[in-house]
Amino acid sequence: MNEDEMMEEGGTIKKFLYVNRRAPYGSVYALESLEVVLIGAAFEQDVSMAFVDDGVYQLKKGQDTKDVDMKNFSPTYRALEMYDVEKLYVDKASMDARGLTEEDFVVPVEVLSTEQLAELMEDQEVILSF
Amino acid sequence: MPIEVNGKTFETDEEGYLANLNEWEPDLATVMAKEDDCELTDNHWEVINFLREYYDEYQIAPAVRVLTKAIGKKLGKDKGNSKYLYELFPYGPAKQACKYAGLPKPTGCV
Repeated sequence: MNEDEMMEEGGTIKKFLYVNRRAPYGSVYALESLEVVLIGAAFEQDVSMAFVDDGVYQLKKGQDTKDVDMKNFSPTYRALEMYDVEKLYVDKASMDARGLTEEDFVVPVEVLSTEQLAELMEDQEVILSF
Repeated sequence: MPIEVNGKTFETDEEGYLANLNEWEPDLATVMAKEDDCELTDNHWEVINFLREYYDEYQIAPAVRVLTKAIGKKLGKDKGNSKYLYELFPYGPAKQACKYAGLPKPTGCV
């Protein structure tokens, strides 16, 4: 089977949104979400990620996990671009409430208002919440 | 199964990946490769070292598609293609080279 045929077999491209709402450590949700995104990237879908509530901390620069005995996986968000996952959105209200700005994040993001975020969600075919 | 190199014992997981990547040393790669009947050349080392740098930077072992692209960017088109990488690492460039580099199995690799 050549590559073109495989593409056809691959079928339709759907819009996937991964919603990340939790702090990076203390539970496995953030890391699991990131791994699912990276695995899913092989299927060449239209992937976006949104960071809401404490999920905005996942992108925070300068994470130090020495004392919690978990791997600091924040550098991995910078690899997303190479996996063609380039649409990263941050909820402005969540960011503001935690005293963060775009400069605090390890990757470039697009900051969205609650209304814009709602529209983004409306526009998706699959939403996975972590 | 633990691997003995230079009088030291290295723990591995059930698939032969190094348990603690900080323990890695080049001789370990040579010994792992020998078990697969693979003699490491400069071309192999180029990929192994690239993977270690990649992991250091991103804390992740790249998927084969990403590895191929990244190698192409760093070392040129004649090396950033599946044919070249599969010739070097017939068991799968990401899987096999990551093992020699002491990294975990690439995410999403079954």
